Amino acid sequence: MTAMDLIRAPAPLAPVERSPGYWALVLKRLSRDKVAMLALLVIVLLVLAAIFAPYIAPADPYKSSMLRRLRPIGTPGYPLGADELGRDMLTRLIYGARLSLLMGITPVFIAFAIGSTIGVAAGYIGGAFNTVVMRTIDVFYAFPSVLLAIALSGALGAGIFSGLLSLTIVFIPPIARIAESVTTQVRKIDYVEAARASGAPGFTIVRVHVLGNVLGPIFVYATSLISVSMILASGLSFLGLGVKPPEPEWGLMLNTLRNAIYVAPWVAALPGAMIFMTSIAFNLLSDGLRSAMDIKA
Amino acid sequence: MFLYALKRLIYVLPVAIGVSMVCFMLVHIAPGDPLISVLPPDASTELREQMRRAYGFDRPLPVQYLLWLMNVFQGNLGTSIATGRAVSEELSKAVGNTLMLSVMATLIGFVLGCLFGFVAGYFRDTWIDKLASFISVIGVSVPHYWLGMVLVIVFSVQLGWLPATGAGPGGSGAWVWDWEHVKFLILPAVTMSVIPMGIVSRTVRALVADILSQEFVQGLRAKGLLDTGVLRHIVKNAAPTALAVMGLQLGYLLGGSILIETVFSWPGTGFLLGQAIFQRDIPLLQGVILVLAMFFVFLNLAVDVMQSALDPRVQRS
Repeated sequence: MTAMDLIRAPAPLAPVERSPGYWALVLKRLSRDKVAMLALLVIVLLVLAAIFAPYIAPADPYKSSMLRRLRPIGTPGYPLGADELGRDMLTRLIYGARLSLLMGITPVFIAFAIGSTIGVAAGYIGGAFNTVVMRTIDVFYAFPSVLLAIALSGALGAGIFSGLLSLTIVFIPPIARIAESVTTQVRKIDYVEAARASGAPGFTIVRVHVLGNVLGPIFVYATSLISVSMILASGLSFLGLGVKPPEPEWGLMLNTLRNAIYVAPWVAALPGAMIFMTSIAFNLLSDGLRSAMDIKA
Repeated sequence: MFLYALKRLIYVLPVAIGVSMVCFMLVHIAPGDPLISVLPPDASTELREQMRRAYGFDRPLPVQYLLWLMNVFQGNLGTSIATGRAVSEELSKAVGNTLMLSVMATLIGFVLGCLFGFVAGYFRDTWIDKLASFISVIGVSVPHYWLGMVLVIVFSVQLGWLPATGAGPGGSGAWVWDWEHVKFLILPAVTMSVIPMGIVSRTVRALVADILSQEFVQGLRAKGLLDTGVLRHIVKNAAPTALAVMGLQLGYLLGGSILIETVFSWPGTGFLLGQAIFQRDIPLLQGVILVLAMFFVFLNLAVDVMQSALDPRVQRS
């Protein structure tokens, strides 16, 4: 038997095994991260509480009672006490998840959509277009985020819409900057050059070759902003911007209960604990996602 | 070095102009007539037109912007609608208070952050690292306005050790560095220091871990250098970046002090901003935002130049 025959001899058929894709690998790694899974559980529970608030909340979130104001934690019928208008705290904390999560998460997602479009376009097109767009972005990036959010919603006035709008504007610049820098790097890689040399239209190159490589890192960065956004959104309501009374929202509840810290201190601190829990959960999940995707810095 | 500073300055100028434009536009994105607070509600259309001309609102926007900018350069930031006093006058009183609070908080945060970050990086992947890293995650995740409330509940309401609000006994007097005044500063400064603490500690941990894994550290050890000697090299390599992060954090605290100042009724720029929002005093809002944002822009510049002076590698990137 010659060497040639050996090569030609059909190899015994191994069962076809597809190697798992990148995202499957990321999910597998993430699911082994206990801290991240705990954080995810907290977030899922909060979202479920927000969705099913009318079914699980024990009372009416708007029903006040002048006789039962500022009951301490553990009062019969008021497991987490009553607020300054005698409304059940547990109920209002559950209902509060609705607006607080909405106000915290929505701006980041809208900013992710707009910011990555701007950043990828600027990074891919380059040249004068890049300069004009990115220098404009730099102007908004030059504000400390808290200050910009307060300036915009302070000028626009209180309200859910103006709060969402100002937070979205705050988060577009950082996302666009990341998107632009990642896209500029990817654009220089040889296979993108090759695609362009073979005549693929720009839109196709972006869709097939660029987006797949840049969206992951941008998304992870955006998830790390959710925690900041939760704190800022509730902060706006805490200042009397954002959500208006009598809506249940954690930041606003913290604001209206501030004067009660001498009477019912721990009841007054509860809404902030919810903001803290949510924000830390999003931070830990984002950290887990980052290390599962093996992104540095 | 000088050339780099000049290059950075030229780069910053357009950004500064853009920032001033955004501040200028704040008055115009505010809903309602900007004159509504100076005019009586039953003002005639004639009077309205007259006032519009007097305030310059009848001119095209770019002209209005240039006129406003000229006033700003002469130190005229407009007049507060609520108090009738000059915005610059209101600001000059507040800026000192905020600066004192933010510098104090940055220092506390920097010292603690360096300590936690260093310990975490040095003992990386041990339980000490996990604990220190967890503290830094808490630092960046905690809503600081809530933390301030909790500290007030514990140390003022329950224990009665420290005052809950204000900046000094008997209302707003001149600040003196004695215990009677300093005890008003402790709670807000500690609350505020949590954010830079978390961020500095994250940065320092990454820096220390990175430096320790570099070959020159092995070289130093191989030469027989003791741990204290190696430490000196780590500090020297990590310092420029850590100091730069501290500088930026000071800027963020100055701009973001509004929530903490509201909780502690600390009479600084943030408190002023809170009043401006509450009374819908747009000229005051505009003036405070402009000064704070400009401060941030030029602080960034200063940090950049300083970092490149300490660490020439920065210029090349």
